[in-house]
Amino acid sequence: MTDFVTTAALNPPVLVFQPKGRGLIPRSLTLTAVIIIIAMLAVILLNVLHGGLGTISWEFLSKPPEHGMEAGGIFPAIFGTVFLVILMVITGVPVGVLTAVYLHEYTSPTSRTTRLIRTAINNLAGVPSIVFGLFGLGFFIGFIGHGIDTTLLGVEKPVWGQPAIIWAALTLALLTLPVVIVSTEEALRAIPRELKDASYALGATKLQTIIRIIIPQALPGIFTGAILAISRGAGEVAPIMFTGAAYYLPYLPKALNDQFMELGYHVYVMSTQSPDIEKTKPILYGTVLVLLVLTFLLNFVAIMIRSKIRSRRISV
Amino acid sequence: MFDAELETNKLEAASRVHPSRQAGKVKMEVRDLNFFYGQSQALHRVSLDIEEHRVTAFIGPSGCGKSTFLRALNRMNETIPGTRREGTVKLDGVDIYKDIRDVSTVRTRVGMVFQKSNPFPKSIFDNVAYGLRVNGIKDRQIIGEAVEDTLKRAFLWDEVKDKLDNSAYMLSGGQQQRLCIARALAVRPEVLLMDEPASALDPISTAKIEDLIAELKRQYTIVIVTHNMQQAARISDYTAFFYEGYMVEFGETRKIFTKPDKKQTEDYVTGRFG
Repeated sequence: MTDFVTTAALNPPVLVFQPKGRGLIPRSLTLTAVIIIIAMLAVILLNVLHGGLGTISWEFLSKPPEHGMEAGGIFPAIFGTVFLVILMVITGVPVGVLTAVYLHEYTSPTSRTTRLIRTAINNLAGVPSIVFGLFGLGFFIGFIGHGIDTTLLGVEKPVWGQPAIIWAALTLALLTLPVVIVSTEEALRAIPRELKDASYALGATKLQTIIRIIIPQALPGIFTGAILAISRGAGEVAPIMFTGAAYYLPYLPKALNDQFMELGYHVYVMSTQSPDIEKTKPILYGTVLVLLVLTFLLNFVAIMIRSKIRSRRISV
Repeated sequence: MFDAELETNKLEAASRVHPSRQAGKVKMEVRDLNFFYGQSQALHRVSLDIEEHRVTAFIGPSGCGKSTFLRALNRMNETIPGTRREGTVKLDGVDIYKDIRDVSTVRTRVGMVFQKSNPFPKSIFDNVAYGLRVNGIKDRQIIGEAVEDTLKRAFLWDEVKDKLDNSAYMLSGGQQQRLCIARALAVRPEVLLMDEPASALDPISTAKIEDLIAELKRQYTIVIVTHNMQQAARISDYTAFFYEGYMVEFGETRKIFTKPDKKQTEDYVTGRFG
């Protein structure tokens, strides 16, 4: 035994160098895949920039559509998208965070219930977005909204039981819930046990520890979840087309039960419903460009807030 | 190799629970404490008395149960799922598991300092104020005065008084650990448990912590777990030697380190194993 160890230590196995060219085929195959992806992304971006930049003007950004959407701007759609995304974050992120806190702090990770809940969340992430749209229509509008109208308000004409921005936002919140839960849970896992122990040892209760130590520590992770939710939610059309997005509206949404215009849906409408595709093409390109920039912008803001929290956390 | 001796220890376990012949006031009284992590038993019928205003040290090799025992004294073990305890732990004659319903009360009366300094990612001030705030104190003036008083008790005031709003992470390792001690003192505990408080520190910082402990024992009862036998010899009045979940020997520190009754203790303190 000893002999073997010494021999092995004194004579390390000779490294076999592969002759040049051996790895060429796998290397070139993988590289090709990368190039294809980058090229496609470049084509998409360049195409959108090329077609859309000419359309972008202050008028385009600040005015409503005119002449059957063949002219004018897209301001109501920009406004609607931002409003929608903000509502989605406000409603979805807290629920996602609470779910993650429950899973991580109140249940044992190996218990049956926890595994069941996790499976449910993973399945939720795999549901096609059009199904969320139909669910939103059936549950939020048909059940909750209609329920409010008939039992609480007792009105004939639907007030809440119709497509509205709140129902669209809730549908999107549901759709983006899994990413919020997963990234919050990752952040919770990273919190050192010592910090919780220190809190408990000072007589803090579990709730106090969660509010004062755990959540503040997990904030960057929560923001990561919000960022991913925005990226996913801002461009979705299917979940909102039944639940609140409007083809064309002469006014901006002012209340939670108003309908709204949305950039993604606007693109869909213009590319499929327009009587003259050629005439709407520049507007179409411009809208896509604005949608992309807006999504990047919302992401950027969330990333800035997150890095600010992070830097404060390191210095404080 | 000590199996035979462990057997006798089990029998003798209850016979020698008080560390000295002249009985001082007993602050904490532990009787027949068993502790289990799932199926495995980490403590076997440990009984001992902790005297008021004294430093009691627990020594023993890693995994001997000394930290588990320490954490049983303020119910910190209850934060670990799948654990079980038998036996009693009394604080001033009151059972902390049965007769004190609110675990917060136990933990404010029996404070704790951990091995790795673990300040909160908050300012120096907020670290010290944390214990007061979670215990319902809201008055800013009271908190401010308490923070200053506590930092003075921990001999940290002069070093940090101009930067109370700075992050606790900007302090040196030794200062961070003294901040953790101050944080524990802020809620005015009667007993202070210290789990290898200086094991991650340099000699100078360690000396400061030891000086602090010597100072603190006038007002507090101190229980310290340490790997460092010189440290136990320097700072403690009484020493308990733990081995494989049993308390092998308990007595005046000088006796434990010069002429212990048990051969195991002697082997350990002279560095023959562990």
